[in-house]
Amino acid sequence: MDKYESESEIFNIAGRNFKSRLLVGTGKYKDFIETKSAIDESGAEIVTVAIRRVNIGQNKNEPSLIDYLPPEDYTYLPNTAGCYTAEDSIRTLRLARELLDGHNLVKLEVLGDQETLYPNVVETINAAKILVKDGFDVMVYTSDDPIVAQQLEDIGCCAIMPLASLIGSGMGILNPWNLEIIIDRLSVPVIVDAGVGTASDASIAMELGCDGVLMNTAIAVAKNPILMASAMKKSIEAGREAFLAGRMPKKLYQASPSSPTKDIIE
Amino acid sequence: MKISLNGKIQHFNDNDLTFDALITRLDLTGKRFAIERNGEIIPKSQFSKYKLYDGDKLEIIGAVGGG
Repeated sequence: MDKYESESEIFNIAGRNFKSRLLVGTGKYKDFIETKSAIDESGAEIVTVAIRRVNIGQNKNEPSLIDYLPPEDYTYLPNTAGCYTAEDSIRTLRLARELLDGHNLVKLEVLGDQETLYPNVVETINAAKILVKDGFDVMVYTSDDPIVAQQLEDIGCCAIMPLASLIGSGMGILNPWNLEIIIDRLSVPVIVDAGVGTASDASIAMELGCDGVLMNTAIAVAKNPILMASAMKKSIEAGREAFLAGRMPKKLYQASPSSPTKDIIE
Repeated sequence: MKISLNGKIQHFNDNDLTFDALITRLDLTGKRFAIERNGEIIPKSQFSKYKLYDGDKLEIIGAVGGG
């Protein structure tokens, strides 16, 4: 693959084509203007949103996220954040599909507990089976367990999204070995979701061969979210190119010098 | 009749209230939302036909910022 090809490669999820391999959340920003500025700076095309009760009667002219990020301009990825059972997550995504006029690309996440936000993989698998049968294109948040990841692919999920570390922790990639096994064995896109803290974490994920990275807190909670969004865009691109380029093998010693060994001045 | 709207009880005097009329009443016209009644989604296409009944439990949802 030459440079031109690597730059023009397309990222495909469930038959939809994207250029950016960075997926971003829309939570935790100061206001909607900052949300939009950071997302635009990141170059992300897919944005996650949460489904919640609308305000009734109070602040009726208060702007909404949709006013700033029109679903016509971004690919919405409604999530099931805050759901702890298969039943709740299915209910949430069916409502999201109605809300977004039949849009069926969704992020399934079924959480295990409120302190760790670690995924409940049993409930996740149960929900995935029903959602796939119901016609959803399911991008699924899960643990970095390669067997569970394989099961979710077998069920028909269109992207598997293992955590790098806990949601909102910013701890980076704690188990690159498990991620490598997942990437090696799955055919659908593997997207690291959760735990990325800074640009190098995202690069490492891409260098491992991940197809993309989904993040929210790392950008939104940075001192300068817009600048961090720009950094993340570059880190994803750099990591992807490094992966495609194929890194040199690591050597403990017996390194070969980069300069000629002969004709040294004596 | 009494209707639960996103967890809060509201009283309506009319007995023939359609979803369309309710949406106008709640100032939600032109906004993006979806409605569930007693656990079942009410399709937008049915808003003008479907009526509300005493004791209905509605959830009206939209998209907000999230990760």
